[in-house]
Amino acid sequence: MRILEGFEFKRGNTIIHKLDPRVKMFYSISIFILSMIFWNSIILLLLFVSILPLFYIAKVSQKFIRTLQGSIFLIILIFVINYFTLGIERALAMSFRFLTIIACFSILFLTTYPEDFSEALVKLKVPYEFALTFTMAIRFVPSLAREARIIIDAQRSRGLELDKGNFIKKLKNYIPILVPLIVNAIRKSIKVAEAMESRAFGASPKRTSLIELRLTLKDYLFLIINLIVTLLLIYAKYYLNIESYFPLLIFFS
Amino acid sequence: MIEVHDLWYSYNEVIALRGISLKIERGEIVAIMGENGAGKTTLIKHFNGLLKPMKGYVKVFGIDTRKATVAELSRRVGLVFQNPDHQLFAETVEEEVAFALKNFGYPENVIKKRVEWALKLLDLYDLKDQSPYALSGGERKRVAIASILSYDPDIIVFDEPTVGQDYAQKERLAQLIKLLWSRGKTIIVVTHDVEFVAENFPRVILMSRGKIIADDNTRRVLTNLSLIKKAKLNPPQITQIAFELSDLGVPKDIMWIHEARDAILRLVGKI
Repeated sequence: MRILEGFEFKRGNTIIHKLDPRVKMFYSISIFILSMIFWNSIILLLLFVSILPLFYIAKVSQKFIRTLQGSIFLIILIFVINYFTLGIERALAMSFRFLTIIACFSILFLTTYPEDFSEALVKLKVPYEFALTFTMAIRFVPSLAREARIIIDAQRSRGLELDKGNFIKKLKNYIPILVPLIVNAIRKSIKVAEAMESRAFGASPKRTSLIELRLTLKDYLFLIINLIVTLLLIYAKYYLNIESYFPLLIFFS
Repeated sequence: MIEVHDLWYSYNEVIALRGISLKIERGEIVAIMGENGAGKTTLIKHFNGLLKPMKGYVKVFGIDTRKATVAELSRRVGLVFQNPDHQLFAETVEEEVAFALKNFGYPENVIKKRVEWALKLLDLYDLKDQSPYALSGGERKRVAIASILSYDPDIIVFDEPTVGQDYAQKERLAQLIKLLWSRGKTIIVVTHDVEFVAENFPRVILMSRGKIIADDNTRRVLTNLSLIKKAKLNPPQITQIAFELSDLGVPKDIMWIHEARDAILRLVGKI
């Protein structure tokens, strides 16, 4: 469950925190698209590495390292499944792709205040109810992570050993953790809905906002660089066939 | 039985325990009290190895907890968590109570016997085929307790067992603790409930900000106003009345109802 730590917002005052959430969303989505179109493991690895300095600048590397530690099991799972179905090249590519996707969304969630998120979505013409649902889902992550830790402790105290047994048994070991976690989450969401209704949610159709988002010079700068690099890479992929210049499996040949 | 020496523990940057030392002997009933965030839950999670000391050591039955797994330690130290909803997952109450026994690898016939015993002890036998999620709060709590007692650990640790329980449930819990004690168990209870402690516990460990500020006879701790205020608690109401009447000659170290009754009757000249 440590994988969730990389998605908990952390207050901060760095340049990454101060960027407009729309710009950061655009960045994450660009990286996501790039990671989906490339199949070359070296390029995907480079893409992943290119995100890392941002964690350092935003001073959230510690959190991201924990997320990586927490996702080792999933990465191995992805690698093994793909290795047996698609071969080693694809297995490596899929693993690096997964890492890249975790990293690009992790930097977004780690440095964006949840309220700014819904504001950004509203600015992007998403209906307020959906924007709110989305930010509340993000808000749930830290409490979900906390709850997961307590549940793991409670079940381990009853003799549950998570890393015992073969692969299938290991997956089964997670049932006593996932069931209470999901049931509690549903219960909590019902309570939240009741609390919101009792505070007159939706009473007036027109809402005003406390935070006004405005793009500044550095936002435009970041946005433009982002756009140019992304377009260049897409161009390189489809017109220059850049992938053929990076021999696959450089590690093994 | 449990020996803690100069135990330090921190969560990332926050120091939760600052040099805890204590000893709990076989057959003791001990209450651990203190304000929220004092480190009580952190401390008891060391007793079955869920947390390992960063400095100092914790020994349970002479075994250093750093050298044993949670499963090995849990077999002898049962930890009942505060909220039963953090552990209930099985389809029936019976399966829920059998969970730990299965994990510890007991044979089928032993499991059956132990589960039946635990269900009857907690008055849950009629509910054994129901889903744990269909039960009331008090019943769920009892299922959680039964799921620990079923495997008969030597030490039983309860985290906040009285929260959200009505008077009758609390009485029942007190009786259960006495019953377990009479069978030679060691009982450790984390709680804020001063009345519950005054009535049922001979020894109190008082914690504040990661340190033990008192470890003594319950009466001496709960009737010491400055000490108990330091841990952000209030003395039992009976003791508060005795404080109010102390100018008139009522002794300040009263903790039980019958003591207060006698003191007041003496005051008005009826004894």
